[in-house]
Amino acid sequence: MSQSQPKSELPEASRASWIHSPRFRGFAAQALALLVIFWIGYEIVGNTQANLSRLNKTFGFDFLTRSAGFDVITSLIPYSSSSSYGTALWVGFWNTLLVAALGIVFATLLGFIIGTMRLSKNWLVSSVATLYIETVRNIPLLLQIFIWYALVLKPLPGPRGALNVFNLMFISNRGVIMPMPVFANGAGVALAFLGVGILAAAGLIYWARRRQERTGQQFPAWPASIAIVILAPVLGLLLEGWPLSFDYPQLAGFNFKGGMTLIPELLALLAALSIYTASFIAEVVRAGILAVSKGQSEAANALGLSHGLTLRLVVIPQAMRVIIPPLASQYLNLTKNSSLAVAIGYPDLVAMGGTVINQSGKAIEVVLIWMVVYLGLSLLTSGFMNWFNFRMRLVER
Amino acid sequence: MDQVPLFVRTQDAETLAPPPNEFGFWALTRRRFFPSIVSSIFTILLGALLVLVVWTILRWAIIDAVWTGENREVCAAPGAGACWPFVQARFMQWIYGFYPIDQRWRVNIVYLLGAATLLPLLIPSAPYKVWNAVAFFIVYPVITYFLLIGGVFGLVVVETPQWGGLLVTLVLSVTGIVFSLPAGILLALGRQSKMPVVRWLSIAFIETVRGVPLITVLFMASVMFPLFMPPGVNFDKLLKALVGVALFSAAYMAEEVRGGLQAVPKGQYEAAQSLGLSYWRVMGLVVMPQALRIVIPGIVNNFIGLFKDTSLVTVIGIFDLLNMVQAGFNDAVWASPQTGNTGYFSLALIYWAFCFAMSRYAIYVERRLDSGKKR
Repeated sequence: MSQSQPKSELPEASRASWIHSPRFRGFAAQALALLVIFWIGYEIVGNTQANLSRLNKTFGFDFLTRSAGFDVITSLIPYSSSSSYGTALWVGFWNTLLVAALGIVFATLLGFIIGTMRLSKNWLVSSVATLYIETVRNIPLLLQIFIWYALVLKPLPGPRGALNVFNLMFISNRGVIMPMPVFANGAGVALAFLGVGILAAAGLIYWARRRQERTGQQFPAWPASIAIVILAPVLGLLLEGWPLSFDYPQLAGFNFKGGMTLIPELLALLAALSIYTASFIAEVVRAGILAVSKGQSEAANALGLSHGLTLRLVVIPQAMRVIIPPLASQYLNLTKNSSLAVAIGYPDLVAMGGTVINQSGKAIEVVLIWMVVYLGLSLLTSGFMNWFNFRMRLVER
Repeated sequence: MDQVPLFVRTQDAETLAPPPNEFGFWALTRRRFFPSIVSSIFTILLGALLVLVVWTILRWAIIDAVWTGENREVCAAPGAGACWPFVQARFMQWIYGFYPIDQRWRVNIVYLLGAATLLPLLIPSAPYKVWNAVAFFIVYPVITYFLLIGGVFGLVVVETPQWGGLLVTLVLSVTGIVFSLPAGILLALGRQSKMPVVRWLSIAFIETVRGVPLITVLFMASVMFPLFMPPGVNFDKLLKALVGVALFSAAYMAEEVRGGLQAVPKGQYEAAQSLGLSYWRVMGLVVMPQALRIVIPGIVNNFIGLFKDTSLVTVIGIFDLLNMVQAGFNDAVWASPQTGNTGYFSLALIYWAFCFAMSRYAIYVERRLDSGKKR
């Protein structure tokens, strides 16, 4: 074969011209792409400046210190209508975090329950789980929020006819009103005790694990540490003469006074978000458990481990490796989906931002703030996921 | 040896009945529903819950429901269930929006053409896939554009504010998929490119868009795009939403396609390159056909998400299906305690039917792909 082709001709023929060289083409394509991007950016900046000056507006974040002049139905931090736009957005940010945090807790609980139910050998249990998943995830979240809002808000009685739970909790169309803990002087000691308790519990778990690895002796570290975490602040409160009281809600006129209120918007949003996200988490959990090969649990059985120990020591740790990355992205989805709050008027970051845009006309600035906040949250999540994957990767020789 | 009596059976032994604890209706019932005490308790509790829920829905939607009537009075009666006359009165508006009644045949043609080009594309054994894809992704959108807007061939112009309902929902989601598939493929290739500028631009776009909620993208499209355009250029409201939805879904599609690209073995790239094919031919003739086939279920799932997400345009004031149905709740002719519930229930049914059908299709394709790999 080799003598049929004269060798010297081939390289010359393929090196025809520098126009065909991949390196030149690569440079040219990239330069072109950069040029196009710069040109588009230049046009956008120019047009925006022209449009803003035509509308007598300027670009800048100094509006954040101006007084907002609108009220908000629920806030975790002190806020009044004379607070600044910046404070208004800050209120929205904390409300977003609140609904996201609560939603993540409920969605995880429900999702793990439904996911394990789907794997049950009991036909009815697994069918109910399948029915739940197939129904919930095929209906748009926004529609579910509206449905919960209509379901939660409309059929409930007004404050005067509120459902009374032992005079402690009142459920009406103004929301769920509960006693609010009020801390007097000295509560800081209890908080310090709580901190010490958490540290002690962590230390105990670490020590128990080390001891078991060295000697094989076991210690009930989890129940003990939970007891420490609960008892430590109680001890602190006792030492300071119980500086804790509760502000009980009371009916005054047409509404309740005192206590703390979970507004119906929050409840509807929370219910819809948790139930919707739980259906996705359930699928993640099921896939994770199914990903653990059957030989693992068979081997554990062969070693004489009980069913519970097999699950706890063999199946779940391996399933978690598969579950956690998609679980984290579901948490992120939930956080992003909490922006649908704007549709029912729960004052989250997007809803507050929308009001700020309407009042101040600072559209570009507010949209930039939104993007930075949500991008920051997703970068944090993906950072955590990378760290977790690094920690949990299978270490091979 | 011959002391041992020889016994050879000449007839088959009589077949025994299967053990009663293992087979038959009762054994099956017991094994499926009552295998243990804990499991039995779950069966009873869940069964009761299921019966309660199903009975409540049945009673509300069928037994107590109002089926005929002219206005709200029939539905406002105490104890009345679902208000179906409201749905009957509004159904055409849900599907066509405010499209002029004498022009609705144009929408019908668009629906029919869409079905005629999309269905063969979805059936794996149907022939002429390439031409079919050209018809759906290029010819169909062009025809749809001229048919719906009008102004040519003597068709009356119908402005986009007159569109609405299912029409807008489908226009948004089909435009989203038609734009986002090619854009997603380009972005995915860009992300894998050896050219750093192209790679980083692609990564920046994909991660930014995927990191923010759709609603902020829609807000951006509706309040910021007008500022970006040269003064005097006026943007159609629906077009702004379309741009937002298309950009958003392109980023998600890109990640889906990237998964497919990574699943194609490296040997395929190398073999194609060693044949002397150029970059675009390697991708177009060898890699992409394999990668896209793998990600069809993912693309369909993406489309389900897109279809559900189009309901968010309600928030920026576009009359898609959700907003259209909601708009009817305040109509004085029909306003009653059950109107809203009936509307939401019908909406849930409509969205569910679309999404469930699509998810079944995705599962079907996935099984089909799997069966090729297994022996």
